[in-house]
Amino acid sequence: MNIRAEHVTAAYDDQLILSDFSLELPGQGIIGFSGPSGCGKTTFLNLMAGLIEPSEGSVSGIARKRIGVVFQEDRLLPWLTAAENLDLIIRNTEITSIWLRKIQLSEQANYYPSELSGGMKRRIALARGLAFDCDLLLLDEPFQGLDQALKESFYEMIREAAQTKPVLLVSHDWSEIEELADQIYKAVGPPMMITPVISNT
Amino acid sequence: MPAQNQERKRHSYSRTKARFRTRRENKEGRRWYWLLVAFVWLLIWQILYLLVQQDLLLASPLQVFLSLARLCTQLDFWLAALFSLLRIESGFLLGVIAGTIFAVLTVRFVWIDRFVYPAISAIRSTPIASFIILALVWMSSGKVVIFIVFLMVLPIVWANVTEGIRKIDPQLLEMAAVFQLNRRQIFRYIDIPSVSPFFIAAATTGLGLAWKAGIAAEVLSTPPHSLGGGLYEAKIYLETPELLAYTAVIVILSLLLEKLLVRVLHNTGRYFQHHGRTEIPGSMADKAAGKPSETTTDKKQSNSGVQTK
Repeated sequence: MNIRAEHVTAAYDDQLILSDFSLELPGQGIIGFSGPSGCGKTTFLNLMAGLIEPSEGSVSGIARKRIGVVFQEDRLLPWLTAAENLDLIIRNTEITSIWLRKIQLSEQANYYPSELSGGMKRRIALARGLAFDCDLLLLDEPFQGLDQALKESFYEMIREAAQTKPVLLVSHDWSEIEELADQIYKAVGPPMMITPVISNT
Repeated sequence: MPAQNQERKRHSYSRTKARFRTRRENKEGRRWYWLLVAFVWLLIWQILYLLVQQDLLLASPLQVFLSLARLCTQLDFWLAALFSLLRIESGFLLGVIAGTIFAVLTVRFVWIDRFVYPAISAIRSTPIASFIILALVWMSSGKVVIFIVFLMVLPIVWANVTEGIRKIDPQLLEMAAVFQLNRRQIFRYIDIPSVSPFFIAAATTGLGLAWKAGIAAEVLSTPPHSLGGGLYEAKIYLETPELLAYTAVIVILSLLLEKLLVRVLHNTGRYFQHHGRTEIPGSMADKAAGKPSETTTDKKQSNSGVQTK
């Protein structure tokens, strides 16, 4: 059963962010949302992640599903090292070390987040989301602070993940969306309105 | 690659050694600095003594030291120190436990917060002497000390731990919910590390106050075998050197226990931060570089989402 938002309305601080919004996600592939800051993209992702409840309408198909999120902020535990932050989610040291190698942070495995650069923290946050065994992956501005070469390496990993599950990618950077997404929506708002732009598939 | 790793490890080892050397030198420097400060204060004390020239008003450092040495040869003094320590620490522990439980409850249930808040505010603003005199009517002198210390520590721990719990980063809790961390993991990896700075601050402040309040209660209630009782007797017999010797003992005991408490709490904090999860090898970097694992790994939950290449 595909995940579907039906006639969803959501508000934040008395501001209507989503109004009668509907969208059905495919079973797999990358769905890209691009739009200006504050148009409601993150609220939509939070809704899909089950972090907020719609005031009207419903999101169906997410019950009992595992949802991975790469938040706009890194949200790493500052008192755990890079490896420990990953291992807390992955729960397997062998796989954690493989992920650390993949994101080129083996050398910084025992560094605390405060000792890492912004880009390094971002890589840990991305690896955490990608390594989490989930049915839906939500990426909120995932490539902030990453250089082009690193972005390319993550593109590969995200494409690989999207072969088995839907991946919702939100970014204000049109080039990232264009490069990765199979379905692209342009968002404006609030309240957020989306227009399908192109289908790469 | 192995040669590179060896080189990196050697470099890292010498860096660590240098860091420890610097730390040791800093520690020695600090020790000398504090000895100098103590010496200057003793000198000021001696000068004041010479200026006042009345043993009744101010004893000299030497007189206090001799008085302390004499006290140390008496069994009664050691018993007094032991019983005061037990009374004050019992009250402190009870206050810490009750304060923490109250904090958890008041954050969890607003109605408990509203119910308890006036009582805690009243305890905070009521003079300690009023409580001591009231408690003397209600209970035996030994229990008065425990009760007073408990009353003094409780609001501090309650207020700090409450603030600590309220300041837990909601974004981290959201992250934990999304990645399906269980209640035990959230408690260990988010709750405890977030609240522990507030708890440590409350406990150390509370311990200092516990000694002040506890000794004041002992002076007013004079239970058998108590440092406060010794202080009271020294005052009655106008034994200024003994009074200062008792004071010195109280200060030393209070400081020693504060240091011990800080060490225990920091080690406990570190334990919570570094244990109980899948074991993390000493150097994940070695593992990633292809070295064989020496640690057992938790294979209970494998991650099918990861494609191992």
